[in-house]
Amino acid sequence: MAFWIASSPHNHNQQSTSSLMRLVIFAAIPGIIAQWYFFGWGNLIHIGIAMITAMLCEFIVLSLREKRITEQLFDGSALLTAMLIGICLPAFAPWWITVIGTIFAIAIAKHLYGGLGHNPFNPAMTGYVMLLISFPLQMTTWQPPISLMEIELSFSNTLTTIFTGFTIDGYSVEQLRTSIDGVTMATPLDTLKTSITMGLTVSETTQSSVFGEHFAVGWEWVNLAFLLGGIFLISKKAIAWQTPVSFLLSLFLCSLIGYTIVPDSSASTMFHWFSGATMLGAFFILTDPVTGATSAKGRLIVGLLAGLLVYLIRVFGGYPDGVAFAVLLCNMSAPLIDQYTRPRTYGHSKDLS
Amino acid sequence: MESIINRINQQKFWSFHGGVHPPEQKTLTNQKPIKPLSLPEQLIIPLQQHIGRQGDLLVQVGDHVLKGQPLTKSTNPMAVPVHAPTSGTITAIKHSVIAHPSGLSELCIFLNVDHQDTWVERTPCNDVATLTNQEIVKKIADAGISGMGGAGFPTHIKVDTKPDINFLIINAAECEPYITADDLLMCEHSESIVDGIKILNKLLNPAFILIGIEDNKPKAIEALKKATAGIEKIHVCVVPTEYPAGGEKQLIQILTGKEIKSGTLPIKEGIIMQNVATCYAISEAILHDTPLIQRVVTVTGQALEKPQNVWALLGTPVHYLLSQCGFDNQGMEKTPVIMGGPMMGFSLPTDTVPVIKTTNCILAPSYKEMPSAFEGNSAEVECIRCGQCADVCPTNLLPQELQWSAKAKDYPQLNKLNLSDCIDCGACAYVCPSHIPLVQYYRIAKAEIRQQQQQELKAEKAKARFEARKQRLEKEKRARELKHKKAAEARKAAMNKATPEATEAKSAVAAALARVKAKKAANQKSPSSSAISAPVETTENQDNKKAQVAAAIARAKAKKQAKPAPEIDAKENAKVEPSNTDSKKAKIAAAVAKAKAKKSQEKAPIQGQEQNQEQTDSLSLADKKANAIAKAKAKALAKKQASSNNDSSTASDLTIASTAESEPAIDEKDAKKAAVIAKAKAKALAKKNKESNTDNKVSEKNTVNVEPRKVQNTSETSTINDTNNISDKDAKKAAIIAKAKAKALAKKKLATQSVSEEKTMHEQEKGAK
Repeated sequence: MAFWIASSPHNHNQQSTSSLMRLVIFAAIPGIIAQWYFFGWGNLIHIGIAMITAMLCEFIVLSLREKRITEQLFDGSALLTAMLIGICLPAFAPWWITVIGTIFAIAIAKHLYGGLGHNPFNPAMTGYVMLLISFPLQMTTWQPPISLMEIELSFSNTLTTIFTGFTIDGYSVEQLRTSIDGVTMATPLDTLKTSITMGLTVSETTQSSVFGEHFAVGWEWVNLAFLLGGIFLISKKAIAWQTPVSFLLSLFLCSLIGYTIVPDSSASTMFHWFSGATMLGAFFILTDPVTGATSAKGRLIVGLLAGLLVYLIRVFGGYPDGVAFAVLLCNMSAPLIDQYTRPRTYGHSKDLS
Repeated sequence: MESIINRINQQKFWSFHGGVHPPEQKTLTNQKPIKPLSLPEQLIIPLQQHIGRQGDLLVQVGDHVLKGQPLTKSTNPMAVPVHAPTSGTITAIKHSVIAHPSGLSELCIFLNVDHQDTWVERTPCNDVATLTNQEIVKKIADAGISGMGGAGFPTHIKVDTKPDINFLIINAAECEPYITADDLLMCEHSESIVDGIKILNKLLNPAFILIGIEDNKPKAIEALKKATAGIEKIHVCVVPTEYPAGGEKQLIQILTGKEIKSGTLPIKEGIIMQNVATCYAISEAILHDTPLIQRVVTVTGQALEKPQNVWALLGTPVHYLLSQCGFDNQGMEKTPVIMGGPMMGFSLPTDTVPVIKTTNCILAPSYKEMPSAFEGNSAEVECIRCGQCADVCPTNLLPQELQWSAKAKDYPQLNKLNLSDCIDCGACAYVCPSHIPLVQYYRIAKAEIRQQQQQELKAEKAKARFEARKQRLEKEKRARELKHKKAAEARKAAMNKATPEATEAKSAVAAALARVKAKKAANQKSPSSSAISAPVETTENQDNKKAQVAAAIARAKAKKQAKPAPEIDAKENAKVEPSNTDSKKAKIAAAVAKAKAKKSQEKAPIQGQEQNQEQTDSLSLADKKANAIAKAKAKALAKKQASSNNDSSTASDLTIASTAESEPAIDEKDAKKAAVIAKAKAKALAKKNKESNTDNKVSEKNTVNVEPRKVQNTSETSTINDTNNISDKDAKKAAIIAKAKAKALAKKKLATQSVSEEKTMHEQEKGAK
C-alpha cells in the first residue's frame, strides 16, 4: 500500500482565494442594486463590459505568461477588479473607456507587476486614475439620479448611449445630464466644490436638488448598501476591520475639524461619509489585501492616512472625489508602513531579561 | 505570583495571540475506553525514541528477553534506555524505518514475541517517602521515561532537583484535534496521574502546581478534580479550547501570563512543564517498578471502522494498530497515514513504522474528512497577503513575510523576522487561502540556516586552529633563531680562540687553498675558473675569438650543472624516503642541500634568460638520471658525507657569482677583471640582503654538527673564486670572507623562501627527532 507523504498541517479550513474573492463580489451586490435603483442601468452595463474584457485580458496574459490558466482565470480576482471599475465609472461613459481602463488594470497594473499577489497598486484604482487623467471629459459624464432626470432612461437607451453617445431617440449625453431645471447635473461632491469656489456657503449649496433631503440623492443609499456589504464581509472575516474603521474614523474627524473651524464652507461629517465613493473605498478597495498593509497596526495607519488624504483631496484638491488617489498613495506607503509596524514576536519583549 | 493564583482561582486566564479552531473530531474516540491490544507477532524497538542520544546495547541477536528487561543502558545523561515491552527472542538488530518525518532509518531491535508475557523481577515501592530524591530521579532515568507530549525530552533531566520552582504545570491541554489519548488516560487513571504529580512535587517542590486542561474534556476535568480534591497546591485550570493552547509557551502564557524569552527555557522563569502521560509513567515507574513499555495511542480517522484508544506496546508496528481498528483504504491508491495529530503530525512513508514513546496518535483520515491531506502541496497558489496567517500565529510572527524570505532564501531577513521562534504549529498553513505549505517552507529554511551556522562554526574553528598554528610556528622560529644566533656566536668565539679544533679547521682551510692553487696552476692557460665560467658562457655566442675558452667553459658548465641536479633529487629522495637516511645529521644535511638546490633553481629565472633556458634543459636532463644519482646520494648522506653540503653550497655560490657577473662580462674581454667586478657585486648583493632573515640559514645552522666542516668547505669553494680573482694568499682571511659570503648568501635566500619549504624542513626536522 502506498502512502501519501505531505507536510503538516494535514487539514485545512478549506478556504481558498477564489472563495474569498467570490465573497467580496457577493458583498458588493447590495450596493450595485442600489446604484441600479437610483442611477439606472449604466453601471451594470459597464460592469458587464469590464468583466468580459477582464476575463479575455486575463486569459491572454495568463497564456502568454504560461500560467495554470484554469485555476488562475477563475480565481475571481479579475472579476472583482472588473466589477470595481464598472461601479466607479460614470454611467454615461462610452464603452471604450471601460475597455481601456480594464485592460490597463489587468494587463499593466496587475500582470506586468507579476500577477495576483505581486501588484503594488490596486488594479481597479490604477485603471480608474489612468482614465480620469487621460479622459477627463468622458470621466465626468456623471448621470444625475433617475428621479431628477428630465428624460426617462430605459435599458436600451442607456445601452445605446454608452455605445454610440446618443439614446435611441437621439438625445446626447449632455442633454441627458440636464436636469428638470435646465442645469447640467454633476455629482453632489462636484456641485459642492464648484459652489464653494464660487463663494457660496454649504447651506446655500445644499439647496440644490442633487443633495435631496439628506446628503445626496441616491448616493447616500448606494453608500449605505456598500456599508452593509462591508459589515457582512467583516463578519465573515473576509476583510480586516482595521482599515475601514480607521478610514471612516479619520474622515469623520477631519471633516469634523473642518466643519468646526469653517462651518460655512465645510460639508458635514455625514455628507463625507455618505457621498462619493467613501463606503466602496472603505470596504472594497482599501481592504484589498495585496496592496494594503498586512499588520493590524499597519492597517490602522493606512486607514487613517487614507481618510486624511480623501478629505484633503475633496476639500483642497482639483478633483471632486479623492478615494482613488488616496488609495494609490496608501498603496505606495503600505510596504513602508508594514516595515515599521511589525508586531512584537512572542518572547522578544524588552521587559524580558 | 499571588495575583496569578487569585486569577486562576477565579478561573480567569490570559490568552495568547492568534490560534485556530480546527474541527476537533475528538468524539470519534473519546467515548470508548482504552482497549488493551493483543500481542503482535513482532515488535520493532528503535534504540532512540527521544531527543538526545541512544543508549548502549545490552542484548544480542538470539537472546531471550523478559518483559521490562532493559535492552540498552544509559551512559550519558541525554541517553534514555529502552526496555523489552514483552518477553520474546531478539531476532535481529538492524536499521529500520523509524517514526521520523524524513523516513529515516535507525538501529532497531526486532523482538519476536513468545506470547508468555513473562515479567522480569520487579520491586514495587509502597511508600515514596522512603526514597530519596536521587533515588527517584535514578528510577525515572532507568525506567526510560522521556516527555510523552511530543518532543521527548528525557524526563530525569527535567525533574532533577532545581531550586525555586514557582509553577509546576501539568500539560493536559491536548489541543491537537482528533487526539484523545491523554483525555482517556485522565479519565481512567486519574489516581495514578495524581500519584505521579505528587512524586514530581516531592522532587521539585514547586510553589504551585497547575494542571492546564482544555474545556472540551469534561469527564477528564471531573476525574482530575476528584483525584486532586484536598490537595491545596494543585489547581485544575480549565482553559478555553483553542489550538495550540497545549504548546508549552502558549500554556504558560495562558496560565501565568508570562512570556518565556526567546531562546531560553521556562525553568529560567521558575516554571517546569510535564505532560500528563509523563506523570502517569513516573508513577508507574516509581510505585510499580514498571518501565515505560507501553502508552495510550489514539488510533483514529474516518478511514477506520473502529477508531479508538489502545494501549500499545512500544515497538508495535503501525499496520498492526490499523488492522486492529479496521483500516479501510476506501479503494484509494494512496492514503495518508499520519503519526501525530492533523496539525503537527507527519505522514508515514510505510506502515511498518513502530510506535515509540512520543507517539500519541495514528490518524488515517478519509478523503472526505481531510481532502487537503490527499493533495500534497499541489494546491498552492500565489500569496495575496491577506494576513490571516499573521492573525492566527501564536508566536505573533509574520508568516507571509517569512514565506517571501524563505522562498528567496534570504536568511538574514528570516533571522530578523524571528523564524527561530516559529513552533511549527501549522496554524498559518491551516488558514492560508492560497494553500501555501508555509510550515514546510519554514522547516526547509530552518534546516538550511542550521546547516549554514554549523558550517560557519566549523570555519571559525578551522580559522582559530590556523591562527594558533601560525603563532606557534612563529614562536618556534624565533626560538630557533635565538638558539642559532647563540650557537653561531659561540662558534665564532671558538674559531677566534686558539683551540685545537680551530687550528685544525684553519689548517684544513689552508690545505684546501693549497689544493685550489694547484688546480689553478693546471688551468693557467684558460684564465677562467668555475666561477667565471658562467659570464663567459653568456658571451659564448658573440665572441668567436674565444672558442678555446668556450670549450673549457662548456666542460666546466657541464660539470657544474651536473652537480646541482643530483641535489634536487637528493632532496626528493630525502623527502619521499626519509627512512633511507639513517642518521639525524644526514637528514639535516639533506634538507639543507634540498633547500639550497631549490634556491639555486629559483635564482636562475630571475637572472638572464639564456641561462635559465639552459639550466632548465639541463635540469630536465638531469631529472632522468635522478633516481640512480639520488639513491647514491642518499647513501652517501647516510654515511655522513657532507660532500652534498659542499656541492650545494658550491652550486649556489657559483650561480650567484656567475649571474652577478654575467652582464658586465659581455662587454669586457678580460674575464679576470670581470670576475673582480662580479665579486664586488656579489658582495654588495650579499650586503644588501644581510638584514633579511632566513630559514635556510636556520636550517644551515641546524646542522650544528656538520657546521665546522661545512664552513671549511664553503671557504674552500669560495676561495676558488677569491684566489683566482684577487690572488689573496692568506687562507685565514679567505676563510673569513668565504664564511661571510656563505652567510650573506643564506640570508639572501629568505626573500624567496616559501612557507611550504619551511614546512618540509620542519617536518624533516621532526622526523629526524
